[in-house]
Amino acid sequence: MPLLEIKNLTVSFDTAAGPFMAVQGIDLSIEPREVLAIVGESGSGKSVAMLAVMGLLPNTATVKADRMAFDGVDLLKLSPSERRKIVGKDISMIFQEPIASLNPCFTVGFQIEEVLRFHMGMDRAQRRARAIELMKLVGIADPEERLSSFPHQMSGGQCQRVMIAIAIACNPKLLIADEPTTALDVTIQKQILDLLVSLQAKYGMGLIMITHNMGVVAETADRVIVQYKGRKMEEADVLSLFESPKSNYTRALLSALPENAVGDRLPTVSDMMFEPAPSAVGAA
Amino acid sequence: MSTTVLEGKNIVRDYHIGGGLFTGPRTVHAVKGVSFKVDKGKTLAIVGESGCGKSTLARIITLIDPATSGDLFIDGNKVDIAKGGLTKEMRRKVQIVFQNPYGSLNPRQKIGDVLGEPLLINTDKPAAERRDLAMKMLKKVGLGHEHYNRYPHMFSGGQRQRIAIARALMLNPSLLVLDEPVSALDLSVQAQVLNLLADLQDEFQLTYVFISHDLSVVRYIADDVMVMYFGEAVEYGSRDEVFADPKHSYTRTLFAATPRADVASIKARLAKKKAA
Repeated sequence: MPLLEIKNLTVSFDTAAGPFMAVQGIDLSIEPREVLAIVGESGSGKSVAMLAVMGLLPNTATVKADRMAFDGVDLLKLSPSERRKIVGKDISMIFQEPIASLNPCFTVGFQIEEVLRFHMGMDRAQRRARAIELMKLVGIADPEERLSSFPHQMSGGQCQRVMIAIAIACNPKLLIADEPTTALDVTIQKQILDLLVSLQAKYGMGLIMITHNMGVVAETADRVIVQYKGRKMEEADVLSLFESPKSNYTRALLSALPENAVGDRLPTVSDMMFEPAPSAVGAA
Repeated sequence: MSTTVLEGKNIVRDYHIGGGLFTGPRTVHAVKGVSFKVDKGKTLAIVGESGCGKSTLARIITLIDPATSGDLFIDGNKVDIAKGGLTKEMRRKVQIVFQNPYGSLNPRQKIGDVLGEPLLINTDKPAAERRDLAMKMLKKVGLGHEHYNRYPHMFSGGQRQRIAIARALMLNPSLLVLDEPVSALDLSVQAQVLNLLADLQDEFQLTYVFISHDLSVVRYIADDVMVMYFGEAVEYGSRDEVFADPKHSYTRTLFAATPRADVASIKARLAKKKAA
């Protein structure tokens, strides 16, 4: 049974100019212990689709799907309070801006323990012990000391580690990482990616990586979904995607990578794309 | 013989941080004696992590901030803004394009005025001529006449970066400092902007100082590469030298950390994962 199964997901936003379709009929499934990457440029609907799963979209959004099930539970039929029991516990998410995602008014220790109190009902001593354990797990030195630090006292990389600690605090079955390294330096990016992949393997989580960086995809994913303007262009395992991309859009994206440059000009996506957006080729 | 457009000798920049009630004053050495030289029509890429001093160096080269010590030569003339006496002619020669195209354009200024303003301030060209030049520049960077009367919010990120580049080129500079010009852009738009920069360099014989943390972009665009680490230039050489044989351990760490998107390294990773 897939861990998360989405069929024909559509998300539209009400705007003054009528409804805007951010996601148009996406199918997606992820197995336990799998790393799935969703790649696309800004506006491709990759974050919106996952926010719909988490139930974090504003109320101007209309979410429709034929099926949206997590671990056999239909997410569309859950009441908000039932859903809150799953979100943050069995499915958790980390975001692009680690410093902005943490509350500046509370210590990182408080913010890690908050999840444990809400979802696990641990007492004070258990929470502190688990928080220290989590800080060690995500590679923060001096965990006892750092628990009483505020987010502004930590670097971006450390804040992202704290975010990861909060996300994995309740041993989630699925971790969604929305551009987890975009705001970080390359050397820190490497550390965070290694950390995510090692935690994924250690706890057997499903991991969804949302990214626009083809390098990050190549370094982490098992399977890849390529999105463009709210539609799925291609779905393939990571090797065949890079070896023999089937859709025009994927080919265009890969050839726009500076490291694949032949000659002194880069081919651009618009050179290879035709308007309007082409239909997906070879999508599973 | 090629002419040297930009030369820096032992550039140092310190920032003095005044003490508070409980802390004493201290000095941050942002740039610790960096030397470099760029010939006409060439590109020097400066690579490093946040906090390594690369943007401080960019501000010194653009004559926004003075250096604490060291000599800066532009087109062979020594420039020191701390001493004053900087002419409009000198200001004209160096222009900068910033990282964030959303923050670097005034939201209440029409694009035509954005492009005309450098001419208004630095030259005494009449309005009709300024307008003509702005129109021509819009064409050059791949935009059209219809964009002249629009406001920045009506443009996408890539188009705004084109506008920022156009503004920088209005005064025919010889040196363009590009501070992470493509890192806020999508991959496909990034390719377009990089192509535009290459086209403009060919057309106007521009000299670029290209600041970036993305090694794949640097490898594509640079002639010379300087790697900075905690205010020092730990590696400086031609692109091929630096990429083929990095000398400093930090450069090697940087190369190792850059994600690779080629089939061979994916195969290696998957094989390793299977074995584990």
